[in-house]
Amino acid sequence: MFLVLAFNYQNLIISTLHLPCILFAIMESQIKQKILFGVFIFVALVYVIRLLTLQIFDDSYVRYAQNNVLQEQTIYPARGLLMDRNSELLVYNDNIYDLFVIPEQVKKLDTVSFCQVIGITKEEFIARFEKIKRQKGYAIYRPSVFEKQLTISTYAKFQEMLFDFQGFFVDVRTDRKYKYSNAAHIMGYIGEVTEKTIEASNGYYRMGDFIGISGVEKTYEKELGGIKGVRYVLVDSKSRTQGRYKAGEFDTAAIAGKKINLTLDLKLQELGEQLMQNKIGSVVAIEPSTGEILSMVSSPAYDPNLFVGRDRGNHYMELLRNPSKPLFNRPIAAPYPPGSIFKVIMSLIGQQEEVLFPNTEYYCGGGFNSGGLHVGCHAHGSPLPLQGAIAVSCNAYFCHVYRTVVNNPKYPKVEDAYNKLYDHLASFGMGRKLGVDLYGEGTGFVPKATYYDKIYGRNHWQALTTISLGIGQGELGITPLQMANATALVANRGYYITPHIVRRIESKKNPNPEYNIKHWCTVDTSYFPVVINGMEDVVNHGTAYIARIPGIAICGKTGTAQNPHGKDHSIFFAFAPKDNPKIAIAVVVENAGFGATWAAPIASLMIEQYLTKKHDTRPALVERMVKGNLTHKPILNDSTATKTSTH
Amino acid sequence: MTQQQPKPAHIDWISLTLYVVFVLSGLLCIYASVFKETNPDIYDMDMNYGKQLLWIVISAFIALLILLVDEKLFYAFAYGFYGITIILLLATFVIGVEIKGSSSWIRIGGFQIQPAEFAKFGTALALAKFLSGYNISFKDLKVKLICYAIIALPMVIILLQNETGSALVFASFSLVLYREGLPGWLLLGGVGLAILAVLALLFPPLYIIITLVVLAAIILAFVRRTTLLIFLTIGVVALSSIYVSTVNYAFENVLQAHQRTRINVLLGKEVDLKGAGYNVQQSLIAIGSGGAFGKGYLEGTQNKFRFVPEQSTDFIFCTIGEEFGFLGSLIFIILYMLLLYRLLVMAERQRSKFNRVYGYSLIAILFFHFLINIGMTLGLMPVIGIPLPFFSYGGSALLSFTILLFIFIRLDANRVNELKSFE
Repeated sequence: MFLVLAFNYQNLIISTLHLPCILFAIMESQIKQKILFGVFIFVALVYVIRLLTLQIFDDSYVRYAQNNVLQEQTIYPARGLLMDRNSELLVYNDNIYDLFVIPEQVKKLDTVSFCQVIGITKEEFIARFEKIKRQKGYAIYRPSVFEKQLTISTYAKFQEMLFDFQGFFVDVRTDRKYKYSNAAHIMGYIGEVTEKTIEASNGYYRMGDFIGISGVEKTYEKELGGIKGVRYVLVDSKSRTQGRYKAGEFDTAAIAGKKINLTLDLKLQELGEQLMQNKIGSVVAIEPSTGEILSMVSSPAYDPNLFVGRDRGNHYMELLRNPSKPLFNRPIAAPYPPGSIFKVIMSLIGQQEEVLFPNTEYYCGGGFNSGGLHVGCHAHGSPLPLQGAIAVSCNAYFCHVYRTVVNNPKYPKVEDAYNKLYDHLASFGMGRKLGVDLYGEGTGFVPKATYYDKIYGRNHWQALTTISLGIGQGELGITPLQMANATALVANRGYYITPHIVRRIESKKNPNPEYNIKHWCTVDTSYFPVVINGMEDVVNHGTAYIARIPGIAICGKTGTAQNPHGKDHSIFFAFAPKDNPKIAIAVVVENAGFGATWAAPIASLMIEQYLTKKHDTRPALVERMVKGNLTHKPILNDSTATKTSTH
Repeated sequence: MTQQQPKPAHIDWISLTLYVVFVLSGLLCIYASVFKETNPDIYDMDMNYGKQLLWIVISAFIALLILLVDEKLFYAFAYGFYGITIILLLATFVIGVEIKGSSSWIRIGGFQIQPAEFAKFGTALALAKFLSGYNISFKDLKVKLICYAIIALPMVIILLQNETGSALVFASFSLVLYREGLPGWLLLGGVGLAILAVLALLFPPLYIIITLVVLAAIILAFVRRTTLLIFLTIGVVALSSIYVSTVNYAFENVLQAHQRTRINVLLGKEVDLKGAGYNVQQSLIAIGSGGAFGKGYLEGTQNKFRFVPEQSTDFIFCTIGEEFGFLGSLIFIILYMLLLYRLLVMAERQRSKFNRVYGYSLIAILFFHFLINIGMTLGLMPVIGIPLPFFSYGGSALLSFTILLFIFIRLDANRVNELKSFE
């Protein structure tokens, strides 16, 4: 109050006459002071309420702040290596260099020298920038891919001049690199994941991730792929990394893919591909005691390195358009009529059904004749017992065998006898998938009784109607893998182990317990020796004399399969040595004629290579095989040509 | 008149303490907003906080100087100061340096100063001197016009420099005029016009005019109609309609594109998270993510990783909000209100009109900065680049606010002498 009076004191002196006015002014000034401070408090209150809602009641800003600074970075694991059975490295990871640009940081760029280093024109350079700007998620301060997969020399040149090219940098990723150009079909390849896979993976895979597309890369994706790691980092407003989030508390390390040893023998595979060059067909070699695939050739082959690098898409389309279908994995997917090698199987089944005995003889006068039906045969001594009939591959003999099996009076109906045959064949692994650990296995084709019912009508067919089946012709389709598996079964005298391609994952040998099981066939072990002796005769003084190797007891059987697509397929299957067999092999050369001409020598050379580790005793034979060109026209251009390794 | 030096007992220690608290907290906030783990020295002259520290030292020296000089100096040279600031303002057109699209800077040695900041206390002094003159009454039209001219002159020059924010600060002098006799309804009318302007930008003018007419009709239907009232209502509605149309026209044709965008973003008509809206959005995130107690000093991620542009200058309040949370913000607002209250009390205890007008000028300027700056960071006011007094980085601003405040503390400290002189 004193203050107010004091304030008033001065005014009183000036004009004592206007006292009421002044008193009113004092009151008014006090009110105005209060009004002003009221306004201040009002504004302060509004702001405090605003702060309350922002900071206390609304917690979405905490999340926004985290989204601003938290960036999840994926750590890609190294993909597992692939090696052959002798730990020879086949596939490894190679660095690839992607060129990125942060547009905001590009300053004083010498476009001419930049274009020179990268190898593009100025127009392309401008077009590239335009394209980047249109991309989803583009930001001036964020890296965008400018050029994918620089060559190493470009990368080296670029690194030298990095300082001149501000705003550009190279990021290193890994891609597959194949040390040898062999076994492309087995190893398969990797490629970017499809959207379907991404969806199915519950967010594990992201756009642009690599995944196995075929071969072992696909079937063993889980083991080879490893597990991605996550790193949480803090970024600033320009997306520059500023450090770890909570010292890496929530980070997970990437787990590298596992190293896989294939069952493949690289040297054998190399030879196989060399021998099969310029031919269409397959080779499958199996270790009978384990079911391990020692070699699997699909010809024409292609260089697996075609699926590496930035032209992988173009190469893929080229291979896809190639009329000889190099991408088709013939050994596991292509069904062929087995031809005469089927006689071995029929010999075993006939004995098991007790309609055929080692001493059973049939007369052959140039073929099989019955009720107007004629199946031709070549000239040989007659009549012959079972072993001899196998050695000379008598058609008439095995037509009789087939007839006795299918028209077996033991069964009330032909149908039942035939179904029994079907079951026997199934136990040999024919007409169904074996379960190899490769993607794209085919079933082959063994007709069921119902198949003939459909064609001829129920009870309107019998052995003679389907007689060509007896010599491995007709509707029968067996894949080379099934053929080799059947050979292994014969070699094992009655069982097979499902063929497989992976021998070891890291240190774990024979990782898949399924591949330890012996699958016994329906034919008793005691029926095998006579058939095997017959197969030995085939090589020693029968149709496949050409395959004979002194000192190695090879048991085999040729096949010359007629087919509607042209010349006969040249087929041979064999195992060696006769006792304690180490290798069972099946070779199919399409449209190549007699089994003894192409398939038998190839199988023989490969057996020699596998058992003696060399194949130089018969250079003339090797040369004839390697140089033999059975493709009618040069169907392969340079980039997709069947390449054989120089190793 | 024997004692010209103020006794320490006569200095208002409350406002001085608040000043020191604000300036030092401000320095800590600036340090936090440009802090890098790799470069933690607070006296680094290449960093904002290093420069600010230097400015604080300079300000302290100037403050001390002000406390030591004869207080009559400010009265005697009030017009002189005003004149100098006007000359400096004009000088920017000749020797000005352009920084961030504004040509309001003058380079002196290694420093840049912004005359617009100093024009505030020049104007405050001139206004105070003019109104405290003998036989001057604000009721005179001539007096009113001269007052407006004193305020408008620097304002127009600053507007021409493209510093809209600093120019708007001069509008705060209307609070001083209110205290000195400007009728309250004029201020209310001003606020009313502002509200109408916002409505004009939000809705098509025709709708607003129709609404006004309907409202007028309702009012006239329920009150006792006199001829005067009817004419008055019709007049108000007519003028408002013209005003609304003009605002709309001006917005579309006079304002520049970036100003239109800023206003549109504020009104919620436009979402532009990369442009003008980005600042506000990031500012809200910074403050909002602070929670009740904040993330801790130097722990604000928005702050550390530069998500809020201009954080050390105009958006310094984000640092308080993010690192000290609601509690820190509340304490800041309470302290600021305390300072304003203290200054009001001080202004009202002045016996000289010069001192009082000057005091109110100071209060009005400080309040206006608070209103706009905090409102802007909270998304309640348009993004007008004006600093938060004592906190924001910037030498000119700090020096200008220091001078503004300490002249008043000096004037206030002398009131005891004045009393004696009358006895």
